[in-house]
Amino acid sequence: MIPLAFDYARPDTLDDAIALLAEKGEDATVLAGGHSLIPVMKVRLGAPEFVIDIGRLAELDYIRVEGDEVAIGAGTKHRDLVTSEVLGAEVPLVPAVARTVGDPQVRARGTLGGSLAHGDPASDLPAAVLALDGSIVLRGPRGSRTVGIADFYTGVFSSVKEPDELVVEIRLPRKGDAGWAYEKFTRRSNDWAIVAVAVCDGKVGLVNMGSTALRATATEEALTAGKSIAEAAALADEGTEPPADTSGTPAYRRALVKVLTRRALETAAG
Amino acid sequence: MSILGTRVVRTEDPVFLTRGATYTDDLTDERLTGALHLTLVRSPVAHATIASIDTSEALAAPGVVAVVTGADLDIDPALLFPGANKAMTRPFLASERVRFVGEPVAAVLSEELYQGEDAADLVDVDYDPLPVVIDPLASANDETLLFPEAGTNTAAAYNHDEEPDAGFFDGCEVVVTRDLVNQRLAAAPLETRAASAFWEGDRVTLYISNQNAQGGRDEIAGWLGLDKDKVHVILPDVGGGFGAKIGSDPEFGLVAWLSRRQGRPVRWNESRSENMTGMVQGRAQRQTVTIGGTREGKVTHYRLDVVQDAGAYPRLGTFLPMFTRMMAPGTYDIENVDSRARVVVTNTTSIAAYRGAGRPEATAAIERAMDLFAAEIGKDPAEVRKLNVVSPDKFPFTTKGGVEYDSGEYAKAIDLALSESGYAELRAEQKARRERGDVRQMGIGVSSYVEITGGGAFAEDASVEVHADGSVTVLTGTSPHGQGHATAWAMLASEHLGIGLDKITVKHGDTDLIPSGGGTMGSRSLQTGGIAVHQAAGELVDLAKQRAADLLEASVDDLEVDTDNASITVRGVPGSKSVTFADLAAAEQLKVDTTWDGKKPTFPFGAHVCVVEVDTESGKVTVEKIIAVDDAGPILNPLLCEGQRHGGIAQGIAQALLEEVVYDEEGQPLTGTFADYGIPSAAELPSFDLVEMTTPTPINPMGYKGIGEAGTIGSTPATQSAVIDALSHLGIRHIDMPLTPLRVWEAINAASEASS
Ligand SMILES: Cc1cc2nc3c(=O)[nH]c(=O)nc-3n(C[C@H](O)[C@H](O)[C@H](O)COP(=O)(O)OP(=O)(O)OC[C@H]3O[C@@H](n4cnc5c(N)ncnc54)[C@H](O)[C@@H]3O)c2cc1C
Repeated sequence: MIPLAFDYARPDTLDDAIALLAEKGEDATVLAGGHSLIPVMKVRLGAPEFVIDIGRLAELDYIRVEGDEVAIGAGTKHRDLVTSEVLGAEVPLVPAVARTVGDPQVRARGTLGGSLAHGDPASDLPAAVLALDGSIVLRGPRGSRTVGIADFYTGVFSSVKEPDELVVEIRLPRKGDAGWAYEKFTRRSNDWAIVAVAVCDGKVGLVNMGSTALRATATEEALTAGKSIAEAAALADEGTEPPADTSGTPAYRRALVKVLTRRALETAAG
Repeated sequence: MSILGTRVVRTEDPVFLTRGATYTDDLTDERLTGALHLTLVRSPVAHATIASIDTSEALAAPGVVAVVTGADLDIDPALLFPGANKAMTRPFLASERVRFVGEPVAAVLSEELYQGEDAADLVDVDYDPLPVVIDPLASANDETLLFPEAGTNTAAAYNHDEEPDAGFFDGCEVVVTRDLVNQRLAAAPLETRAASAFWEGDRVTLYISNQNAQGGRDEIAGWLGLDKDKVHVILPDVGGGFGAKIGSDPEFGLVAWLSRRQGRPVRWNESRSENMTGMVQGRAQRQTVTIGGTREGKVTHYRLDVVQDAGAYPRLGTFLPMFTRMMAPGTYDIENVDSRARVVVTNTTSIAAYRGAGRPEATAAIERAMDLFAAEIGKDPAEVRKLNVVSPDKFPFTTKGGVEYDSGEYAKAIDLALSESGYAELRAEQKARRERGDVRQMGIGVSSYVEITGGGAFAEDASVEVHADGSVTVLTGTSPHGQGHATAWAMLASEHLGIGLDKITVKHGDTDLIPSGGGTMGSRSLQTGGIAVHQAAGELVDLAKQRAADLLEASVDDLEVDTDNASITVRGVPGSKSVTFADLAAAEQLKVDTTWDGKKPTFPFGAHVCVVEVDTESGKVTVEKIIAVDDAGPILNPLLCEGQRHGGIAQGIAQALLEEVVYDEEGQPLTGTFADYGIPSAAELPSFDLVEMTTPTPINPMGYKGIGEAGTIGSTPATQSAVIDALSHLGIRHIDMPLTPLRVWEAINAASEASS
C-alpha cells in the first residue's frame, strides 16, 4: 500500500506544466485530485516515475458562461460542480450527477478534468457530458484543440488525448429549461454505478454499459421518431456491451438500463 | 439512586475523540525504538507447490536487513484448532505448498517500511500450480487434497458416523427441504492486524491487536516452545475485532521469533489489502434443512445438515458447527431434532468466529425452515412460530439440541415485535400493493431467536483495590475492544463503593498485571467478568466493614456503606462516626481478588420484524423498518447496550443484503477492497426501533445475559425473510444471501419466466 518511489513537481503555471510534461514524456503522469491515480499507485498497478501535480493550478479552476456555452476549468472539483449556481441555472444535470460521485472526501478532491481524462466507463461525469453533447479542450506543446465528447474516447481508460496533452477545459451547451434527469443505480449510496443513465433534452448517456460512456442512440432515434418513452427506453441496451462483475451480469445490466432509461426519460419529461 | 441501569456516557470516549486511541501501530514504547519493519511476501495463487524461492535480489535492496523463508525457521507448523485433523497444520512461512491467496511465504525485515514493500516485490517465488478447491461441497469429495498426508479434506465431523435415519420424517403430514447458503463474511475491523515484539533477555514482550491477551500468551508460548512466564502480552487499544481477533495469528508468533533472531524489536501492521485475505473470515456454511409437521402448523421434526468451510487451515471455524448444532432448534419445542456437520478445508482464507459465530447460522437455518413450512401450509409465518415456541412454564428447558435454556418468554417477544411493528396494518398495506400491482412491493419478515452467550469459559477473575487517595483500580480478564467495559465495570464497582467513575480505572489486557482471563468473545463479558467485578466490589465492602468495625466500635452487621461519602458508617445513626475507604486503604492495603464462576451459559432471546420495499423492476431492496425486541435480562447501561444492538443489527442486515466474500474458480478473491466488499453505511440502514423486554437469568445474581451478538442473530433472518415475503406472490420461496439487487432481480426474472 505504498507506491514505488517517484519524482514530483508542482509547476506554478499551466504553461510550465505543459512544458514539463513534454520534457518528461512517457515517464510522467499528471496528478489532479489523485482519487483515481493514487489508489492505482498504492497497489502498484501503476508506477509513474515522474508525477506532475496540476491539482492546485488556479488557472484550471473556474466555471463561467461564454456565449452559448458554459466553460468549466478541468481542475474544478466535483464539490464545486455540485454547489455552482451557474451550473444550477445553465446545466442542472451536472450538479445532480456530481452529487452522486463517491463520498464527500472524493468530491472534495476529485476533478472534472481528471474524471474525463481517466475515462473509467463506470464513472458518472463522462456520460453526463455525453448526454449534453459537450466538448473537451486539450492543450499540449502543439497548442490547443477542441474535441467533441462523442469523438473523445477510444476504449477503456483511453482517449484521443495525446500523452503530452492536458485536458484544460470542458465546454457544455447552455441547456436552460430543457428536461433532464440522472438515474444512478448502486448497491450502496457511495458506490460506483452498476448502471446509470443521464438524460438531457432527449439525449441519453449511459454509464458502465461498455468500454466507454455510451449514447443510447436507438432510444434517442425512437424518441425523435415519436415513439413513446416506454418503447424508446426498451431499446436502451442496443449496441451496448455491458461488463460482468460481482454486482451485475450483462443480462442484468441490459434489463436495468431499460428500466433506468424509462425512469430518467419520465422524470425529464416532468 | 442506583447508577445501574442508567445511561452513563462512555468514559473511554474523551481520549478517543481528542488525542485518539493508541493502537499497536501507534505505540511509542521506547523499547520498540529502532524496530525493524516486517513485510510479508504473500502467495498470489490459491494452491501450488513452491518450486523455489530466490531472495537474493530482495536481500540486496536498500534498507533490507534480512529475508527469511520457511527453510530458516526452527518452529514447527502449528495446529491452529486442537480438535482438527492433526495433519492440517499451518507453517509460519509456507515452504513446500501454498493453500490460499495471501498465505505468507517469506518475511522481509527492513529499516523503513517502504523499503520492505519494495524488497518484497523482489522476492522471486516459483509456484507450480495445483488444482484449486473453492467449493466446500466439492472439497468433501476428496478429489483434490489440500493435505495429501491427511488423506482427506475433512478436518472434523460431528455425528457423521452413522447414515441419517431414512425414516426420520415418516408420519409427517408436511415435509419441506431446502439447501441454504450461509455465505462467507469478512470481519473487516477498522484496525487491521498488528503486532510488535521486543526481547529482554529470554523474555519477550508482545503487543498485539487481539481479543484475549492471556489466550494469546499461551498460544504464542506454545509455538515458540517457551514457558508462559517468558511471554508478556499486552493489548493496547484494539480497533474492533468482531470475533476475528480471537486466538493468535501465526504472524504474531513470527514477529516474536524474528525479533529474537535479529536481536532487534520488530513491528508489523498489515495493510487493508492483506487483511482482506490474511485475516480469518466467518460463517461459510452450506446447510440443508428439512422440516416436518402437521397441516395445522405443529412442527414435529427438524433436520439440519451442515458443511462448514474451514478455509485452508482449520481454525475456530472447526468449532462453529458445534454451536450451530447446539442451537439448531432455536426457540422451538420440536420433538425430533437431528443434525450433523462436516468441516472441510478449501483453498481460501481460514474461517473462524465472526459476530455470533455459529449461532446466526443456526438461527438463519431454522427461521428459513419455519418460513418454508408456513408457506407450504399457507399459514402466517408469525402464527406458525408462536404455535411452536417453547412455552414459559417449561424453563429451564432442555432442548433436543442438548442444551438447557435458562429463561425465556419467546411468544411474548414475538407478540411485542408484531404489535410494535403494526403487523396487521403492514399486511393490509402489502395486500393493497399487490392488488394494484405496485412496482414497489412490501415484505415483512419475522424472526424469533435464542442464542447462547458466555458459552465457553464460564469463570472470570476480578480484582478491586481502593487506594489511599480514594481512587480505585479494577483489574479484569475481559478484553474490551469497543464494548465499553471501562465504563461498565466502573459502574458495577461504584454501585458498591459510592466512589465516582472519574476515580475508577479499569485495567485489562496485560498478562503481567492480569495473568488469567478469558478475554472478550461470545458475548461473555458482563455475565462473567462483570459479575466478577460486582462480586469483588461486594467482597471489598465486607472487608472494609470488618476493618471499620473496630474503629467505629460497632458490630459488622450494623455497618453500611454511605455511598454519598464513600465511607462506612453505622446504620441508622445519623451523624455517627464514619471511616472512608481511602482512610482504610491508607492504613492497610484494601484489595480483593475474586473469581466468579457461573458454571453455565445464558440464553438471551428476542424477536425481530423487518419491513422492506423491493423495487421489482431493478431488484433493489430498501429496508424501511427494523423492530428489534432483544431480551438479555436487566440492562447495566442502556447506552452501551443499544450500541451493541445497533452494530449487530447493521452487520446482520449487511449479511442479509450486501456482504459476501467471493472467490473466482482459481481462488482469487474478487472482494478484496472496500469498494467491492459490501459493508453498509448509515445511508443503507433505517433508524432502528429497539424494544425493551427483561427476563433475568437465574445463572448469576444480577440476572445479566449477553447482548453483543443478538443483532446479527435476529436481524439477518428477519431481513432475508422480508425480501422473500415481498416476492412470495410471484411464487418465490427462497433466495440465498446476500440478497443483492442482482440476486433479487434474477429470482424475479426466473419466476416470471416460469409463470409465462
Ligand atoms: C472511494 C472512491 C469513490 C469514487 N466513486 C466515484 C463515483 O461514484 N463515480 C465517479 O465517477 N468517480 C468516482 N471516483 C473517482 C473520482 O471521481 C476521481 O476523482 C476521478 O475519477 C478522477 O479525478 P481526479 O481529479 O481525482 O484524477 P487523478 O486521480 O488525479 O487522475 C486520474 C487520471 O487522469 C489523469 N488526469 C487528471 N487530470 C488530468 C488533466 N487535466 N489532463 C490530462 N490528464 C489528467 C491523470 O494523469 C490520471 O491518469 C471515486 C474515487 C474514490 C477514491
